[in-house]
Amino acid sequence: MTTGAAPASFVSDAALKRLQKRKAADQRLKYYGLGAIGIALLLLATLVTSLIITGHTAFLQTHVTYPVYLDPAKIDAQDPSKGNYRSIVRDSFTALFPEVTAVREKRALTDILTSAAPYILRDEVVDDPELIGQTIDFTVPVSDPFDQFMKGNIKRETPEDDRRVSDQEIAWVDQLVAEGRLSKPFNIGLLTNADSRFPEMAGLAGAITGSFFALLVCFLISFPTGIAAAVYLEEFAPKNKFTDLIEVNINNLAAVPSVVFGLLGLAVFLGTFGLPRSAPLVGGMTLALMTLPTIIITTRASLKAVPPSIREAALGIGASKHQVMMHHVVPLAMPGILTGTIIGLAQALGETAPLLLIGMNAFITSPPGGILDPSTALPTQIFIWADSPERGFVSRTSAAILVLLGFLVAMNAIAIYLRRRFERRW
Amino acid sequence: MKTAQNTAQAESQTATNGATMTPAETASPQVTEMHPIKMTARKVDVFYGTKQALFGVDLEIRDNAVTALIGPSGCGKSTFLRCLNRMNDVIDNCRVEGEIRLGDTNIYGANIDPVLLRARVGMVFQKPNPFPKSIYENIAYGPRIHGMAERRAEMDEIVETSLRKAALWDEVKDRLQEPGTGLSGGQQQRLCIARAIAVNPEVILMDEPCSALDPIATARVEELIDELRENYTIVIVTHSMQQAARVSQRTAFFHLGNLVEEDETDQIFTNPRDKRTQDYITGRFG
Ligand SMILES: Nc1ncnc2c1ncn2[C@@H]1O[C@H](COP(=O)(O)OP(=O)(O)OP(=O)(O)O)[C@@H](O)[C@H]1O
Ligand SMILES: [Mg+2]
Repeated sequence: MTTGAAPASFVSDAALKRLQKRKAADQRLKYYGLGAIGIALLLLATLVTSLIITGHTAFLQTHVTYPVYLDPAKIDAQDPSKGNYRSIVRDSFTALFPEVTAVREKRALTDILTSAAPYILRDEVVDDPELIGQTIDFTVPVSDPFDQFMKGNIKRETPEDDRRVSDQEIAWVDQLVAEGRLSKPFNIGLLTNADSRFPEMAGLAGAITGSFFALLVCFLISFPTGIAAAVYLEEFAPKNKFTDLIEVNINNLAAVPSVVFGLLGLAVFLGTFGLPRSAPLVGGMTLALMTLPTIIITTRASLKAVPPSIREAALGIGASKHQVMMHHVVPLAMPGILTGTIIGLAQALGETAPLLLIGMNAFITSPPGGILDPSTALPTQIFIWADSPERGFVSRTSAAILVLLGFLVAMNAIAIYLRRRFERRW
Repeated sequence: MKTAQNTAQAESQTATNGATMTPAETASPQVTEMHPIKMTARKVDVFYGTKQALFGVDLEIRDNAVTALIGPSGCGKSTFLRCLNRMNDVIDNCRVEGEIRLGDTNIYGANIDPVLLRARVGMVFQKPNPFPKSIYENIAYGPRIHGMAERRAEMDEIVETSLRKAALWDEVKDRLQEPGTGLSGGQQQRLCIARAIAVNPEVILMDEPCSALDPIATARVEELIDELRENYTIVIVTHSMQQAARVSQRTAFFHLGNLVEEDETDQIFTNPRDKRTQDYITGRFG
């Protein structure tokens, strides 16, 4: 047994040296991997932390609560949407500060409230006309400079000339704080309001609805088309030059920059077919062009992964080709198909360039009611806000990015869940 | 109706032989010669692309008997078996020439739909391949797509009789809704046999059905094959000489794409006519 060179070389110096070298290489490979993961995590952590640092303040919003007398003389009882709400809001608010009498100062004082305050009050009265004649506790956001002041983004120590809030205004705010009229609740408006010129009123409702409609259109187009194309290519297409060409082109399509799809959408959907600009329908159709190759490629991979023994089993008892596909192969491939689809949709959700080209970056102050209404989408909304100079939009931009990331994480989590849930053994 | 007729034949056959005995004992020449011919292959050539895998195979397959196909690896046993239910049709570059008849019909004829053919000529594969569905669904799938049961009760009955015929009923009757993939290998293979039986075929093709099974499961399946012979025509590919001797009445020896010799199993194993057969069964090559 121990004769010959083989067992001896097992412990020879050369063999041990080789072994050591191999082990060292194993270790190195491991550390490269760990290093790469470390760098990736660090970058991610930096990104998320900086977003949270700039964006977290946007999740809170300073509100002021004060008594408002709904003077019947100033409101049309027949049609509560008509009335001089501007003066109601102003008069009730200035009444809190009896020492302020000059018209100019009164106007400056009213600027503490968001400019949208009269409309908010009007909507409350329209909702409940019974309120006319009563005195109610009215809660409205304060305008952006005061919001920033309350959040500490504008500092008291800064010389008066350099800050957007005057000493006089700070004194008023201090008085409101002393009277306990200011509160800083969770900024629900960020999710329920549509876009607005005033940062304190601007929200993502329009963008979220727009993105939802666009993704819905994108899904409805690309999912069935993608599966049908993949099933055909995988199971029915003859193997020849022509199908090879199709295959190469689909793979290339997946690598085409998204802005090109935007131009295509602009030229074809808007130019040739005359579909409405800025509509989620067109956005979804353009995104579908991008998502389609992803879905086709992942679907084909999932179909390939279904073991041939399952096909044979079904064929062997007399299932026709389409029965083999629809009863066995496609259902078994479904988890993979869905995972690919969700990842494709997540990509589409974050896609900006094609939507900019078809005009989904318009300023629109109400959420779309359908797929034909003009609308923005989450990434284009971020783009618009990032372009706005007001301090309030800076933090809102970060907050919107966080919301978008939240949706992406949720979608990827669903994809992972599906993969786990339907993983099968055969 | 056909089944009843088959059973009658099988019974008369058992009667002439007295009590049921091991297959080797029952398979005397006079008996299988008496069996009517179920399938006939005439001058079958098979090509994969330009490569020819079978050369002019002529073979008769007898009703209510087990025909074993033996031969060294790559000699074309599976290829021939797959010709019998046109499973080769789904292989892209595979071309079959010649004629194969089931009864009087040429199964490669223009008006024959392979889907219907496969309901009459079922197949069991080398590796057990139950669908990743419940045991019940595994059996019910075939009858459902062929419209064999209208009501749930009829389907229940098909499922039960198929499982009984495959000698699996007692083991699974309490867990019909559990996945078929959760059974042991031997049980899975019997489930696959039950699935093939469920569509009421005339011929069952088996490609090395026991090669993935342990000896006990193998014995179980062999016993089953012997029972099934009463009602079905069975063609089995095997690498085990002993298995061929145990379960088959007739044996065909393939070599390099040619059918070398086909005869009573006894005859092949005791007194082969061809030198190559002799070499193979005595283990000199292959
Ligand atoms: N799909 C295919 N494409 C090309 N050639 C094939 C294909 N299937 C089988 N062949 C070839 O046909 C010949 C016969 O193969 P076949 O599978 O029928 O052999 P076999 O007798 O079943 O072998 P084994 O006992 O190993 O299963 C072999 O030479 C094989 O390489
Ligand atoms: Mg084989």
